[in-house]
Amino acid sequence: MNVIEQMRERLAVLAPESIDIGDDSHLHAGHAGARDGGHFRLTIVSPRFAGCRTMERHRLVYDALGPLMKQGIHALSITAQTPEEIRSTS
Amino acid sequence: MDIQQKIHATVTGNPVVLYMKGSPQFPQCGFSARAVQILNACGIKEFVAVDVLADPEVRDGIKAYGNWPTIPQLYVNGELVGGSDIMTEMYQAGELQKQLEPLANA
Repeated sequence: MNVIEQMRERLAVLAPESIDIGDDSHLHAGHAGARDGGHFRLTIVSPRFAGCRTMERHRLVYDALGPLMKQGIHALSITAQTPEEIRSTS
Repeated sequence: MDIQQKIHATVTGNPVVLYMKGSPQFPQCGFSARAVQILNACGIKEFVAVDVLADPEVRDGIKAYGNWPTIPQLYVNGELVGGSDIMTEMYQAGELQKQLEPLANA
Protein backbone atom coordinates (compact mmCIF):
# COMPACT_ATOMS: atom_id res chain seq x y z
CA MET A 1 0.00 0.00 0.00
CA ASN A 2 1.47 3.36 -0.92
CA VAL A 3 1.52 6.34 1.41
CA ILE A 4 -1.57 7.99 -0.09
CA GLU A 5 -3.60 4.79 0.36
CA GLN A 6 -2.36 4.53 3.95
CA MET A 7 -3.33 8.17 4.56
CA ARG A 8 -6.85 7.53 3.24
CA GLU A 9 -7.22 4.46 5.39
CA ARG A 10 -6.10 6.26 8.56
CA LEU A 11 -8.19 9.38 7.85
CA ALA A 12 -11.32 7.22 7.67
CA VAL A 13 -11.62 7.61 11.48
CA LEU A 14 -12.64 11.23 10.87
CA ALA A 15 -15.65 10.04 8.84
CA PRO A 16 -14.77 12.31 5.92
CA GLU A 17 -17.24 13.26 3.22
CA SER A 18 -14.36 13.73 0.86
CA ILE A 19 -10.59 13.44 0.82
CA ASP A 20 -8.35 14.82 -1.86
CA ILE A 21 -4.63 14.15 -1.64
CA GLY A 22 -2.07 15.63 -3.99
CA ASP A 23 1.54 14.52 -4.14
CA ASP A 24 3.98 17.43 -4.51
CA SER A 25 7.04 15.30 -3.80
CA HIS A 26 8.48 15.84 -7.28
CA LEU A 27 8.74 19.59 -6.53
CA HIS A 28 11.07 18.85 -3.65
CA ALA A 29 13.16 15.98 -4.98
CA GLY A 30 16.71 16.28 -3.78
CA HIS A 31 16.12 18.70 -0.92
CA ALA A 32 17.41 17.61 2.44
CA GLY A 33 14.19 16.48 4.11
CA ALA A 34 12.81 14.72 1.05
CA ARG A 35 14.40 11.43 2.00
CA ASP A 36 12.23 11.01 5.13
CA GLY A 37 9.07 11.03 3.05
CA GLY A 38 6.89 12.83 0.57
CA HIS A 39 5.32 16.26 0.37
CA PHE A 40 1.54 16.05 0.26
CA ARG A 41 -1.44 18.37 0.00
CA LEU A 42 -4.61 17.26 1.74
CA THR A 43 -8.10 18.67 1.40
CA ILE A 44 -10.50 16.94 3.75
CA VAL A 45 -14.17 17.61 4.42
CA SER A 46 -15.66 16.15 7.58
CA PRO A 47 -18.53 17.02 9.93
CA ARG A 48 -16.08 16.29 12.80
CA PHE A 49 -14.43 19.67 12.22
CA ALA A 50 -17.56 21.59 13.21
CA GLY A 51 -16.89 23.86 16.17
CA CYS A 52 -13.12 23.31 15.96
CA ARG A 53 -10.60 26.04 15.27
CA THR A 54 -8.16 25.49 12.43
CA MET A 55 -5.46 24.35 14.81
CA GLU A 56 -7.72 21.76 16.42
CA ARG A 57 -8.69 20.52 12.96
CA HIS A 58 -5.05 20.09 12.01
CA ARG A 59 -4.41 18.26 15.27
CA LEU A 60 -7.26 15.84 14.49
CA VAL A 61 -5.67 15.17 11.10
CA TYR A 62 -2.18 14.70 12.58
CA ASP A 63 -3.54 12.40 15.28
CA ALA A 64 -5.37 10.29 12.68
CA LEU A 65 -2.24 10.00 10.54
CA GLY A 66 -0.21 8.95 13.58
CA PRO A 67 3.03 7.17 12.67
CA LEU A 68 2.80 8.27 9.03
CA MET A 69 3.78 11.77 10.16
CA LYS A 70 7.11 10.31 11.30
CA GLN A 71 7.64 7.98 8.41
CA GLY A 72 6.16 8.38 4.95
CA ILE A 73 5.11 12.01 5.20
CA HIS A 74 7.75 14.70 5.34
CA ALA A 75 5.49 17.68 4.74
CA LEU A 76 1.75 18.07 4.68
CA SER A 77 -0.32 21.06 3.70
CA ILE A 78 -3.83 20.77 5.15
CA THR A 79 -7.17 22.29 4.22
CA ALA A 80 -9.82 21.00 6.63
CA GLN A 81 -13.43 22.07 6.21
CA THR A 82 -16.90 21.06 7.29
CA PRO A 83 -19.59 20.09 4.76
CA GLU A 84 -21.48 23.29 5.70
CA GLU A 85 -18.46 25.46 4.91
CA ILE A 86 -18.08 23.84 1.50
CA ARG A 87 -21.73 24.46 0.68
CA SER A 88 -21.65 28.08 1.84
CA THR A 89 -18.61 28.91 -0.34
CA SER A 90 -19.77 27.15 -3.50
CA MET B 1 18.25 22.00 31.91
CA ASP B 2 16.77 19.38 29.60
CA ILE B 3 15.56 20.13 26.09
CA GLN B 4 11.91 20.58 27.08
CA GLN B 5 12.85 23.09 29.79
CA LYS B 6 15.12 24.89 27.35
CA ILE B 7 12.32 25.18 24.77
CA HIS B 8 9.88 26.29 27.44
CA ALA B 9 12.31 29.00 28.56
CA THR B 10 12.73 30.20 24.96
CA VAL B 11 9.04 30.40 24.07
CA THR B 12 7.98 31.97 27.35
CA GLY B 13 10.93 34.36 27.52
CA ASN B 14 10.34 35.92 24.10
CA PRO B 15 7.15 37.38 22.63
CA VAL B 16 7.53 35.86 19.15
CA VAL B 17 9.49 32.68 18.47
CA LEU B 18 9.61 30.80 15.18
CA TYR B 19 11.04 27.28 15.06
CA MET B 20 12.07 26.88 11.45
CA LYS B 21 14.43 25.20 9.03
CA GLY B 22 17.29 27.52 8.20
CA SER B 23 17.43 31.20 9.12
CA PRO B 24 15.06 34.07 8.22
CA GLN B 25 17.69 35.22 5.69
CA PHE B 26 18.26 31.73 4.30
CA PRO B 27 15.25 29.51 4.95
CA GLN B 28 15.87 25.88 4.01
CA CYS B 29 12.25 24.97 3.37
CA GLY B 30 9.37 26.62 1.52
CA PHE B 31 7.03 26.40 4.50
CA SER B 32 9.56 28.09 6.78
CA ALA B 33 10.14 30.79 4.13
CA ARG B 34 6.41 31.46 4.01
CA ALA B 35 6.20 31.71 7.80
CA VAL B 36 8.96 34.35 7.83
CA GLN B 37 7.28 36.32 5.03
CA ILE B 38 3.98 36.34 6.90
CA LEU B 39 5.63 37.54 10.13
CA ASN B 40 7.33 40.32 8.19
CA ALA B 41 4.03 41.24 6.53
CA CYS B 42 2.51 41.53 10.03
CA GLY B 43 5.19 44.05 10.98
CA ILE B 44 7.26 41.58 13.01
CA LYS B 45 10.79 42.31 11.90
CA GLU B 46 12.53 41.15 15.03
CA PHE B 47 11.73 37.78 16.43
CA VAL B 48 13.60 34.81 17.80
CA ALA B 49 14.20 32.30 15.04
CA VAL B 50 15.44 28.87 16.07
CA ASP B 51 16.98 26.79 13.30
CA VAL B 52 15.99 23.20 14.06
CA LEU B 53 18.41 21.86 11.47
CA ALA B 54 21.26 23.10 13.66
CA ASP B 55 20.29 20.78 16.53
CA PRO B 56 18.54 17.40 16.15
CA GLU B 57 17.59 17.51 19.83
CA VAL B 58 15.63 20.73 19.28
CA ARG B 59 14.12 19.35 16.06
CA ASP B 60 12.61 16.38 17.89
CA GLY B 61 12.09 18.30 21.13
CA ILE B 62 9.90 20.99 19.59
CA LYS B 63 7.61 18.40 17.99
CA ALA B 64 7.05 16.88 21.43
CA TYR B 65 6.80 20.25 23.19
CA GLY B 66 4.09 21.56 20.87
CA ASN B 67 2.53 18.14 20.33
CA TRP B 68 2.75 19.17 16.70
CA PRO B 69 4.52 16.97 14.15
CA THR B 70 5.72 19.56 11.67
CA ILE B 71 7.99 22.58 11.35
CA PRO B 72 7.71 25.60 11.19
CA GLN B 73 5.96 26.30 14.49
CA LEU B 74 5.08 29.82 15.59
CA TYR B 75 4.83 30.66 19.30
CA VAL B 76 3.38 33.98 20.47
CA ASN B 77 3.63 34.79 24.18
CA GLY B 78 4.39 31.16 24.91
CA GLU B 79 1.41 29.75 23.00
CA LEU B 80 1.64 27.63 19.86
CA VAL B 81 -0.20 29.48 17.09
CA GLY B 82 0.40 26.84 14.43
CA GLY B 83 2.34 26.04 11.31
CA SER B 84 2.51 27.84 7.99
CA ASP B 85 -0.95 26.73 6.75
CA ILE B 86 -2.57 28.13 9.88
CA MET B 87 -0.48 31.31 9.71
CA THR B 88 -1.56 31.79 6.08
CA GLU B 89 -5.21 31.21 6.91
CA MET B 90 -5.10 33.58 9.91
CA TYR B 91 -3.25 36.21 7.87
CA GLN B 92 -5.80 36.04 5.07
CA ALA B 93 -8.58 36.42 7.63
CA GLY B 94 -6.78 39.39 9.23
CA GLU B 95 -6.56 37.56 12.58
CA LEU B 96 -2.81 37.17 12.77
CA GLN B 97 -2.16 40.89 12.17
CA LYS B 98 -4.56 41.65 15.02
CA GLN B 99 -2.87 39.20 17.35
CA LEU B 100 0.62 40.44 16.47
CA GLU B 101 -0.16 44.16 16.30
CA PRO B 102 0.85 44.91 19.90
CA LEU B 103 4.19 43.19 19.24
CA ALA B 104 4.98 44.74 15.86
CA ASN B 105 8.28 46.58 15.54
CA ALA B 106 7.99 48.91 12.58
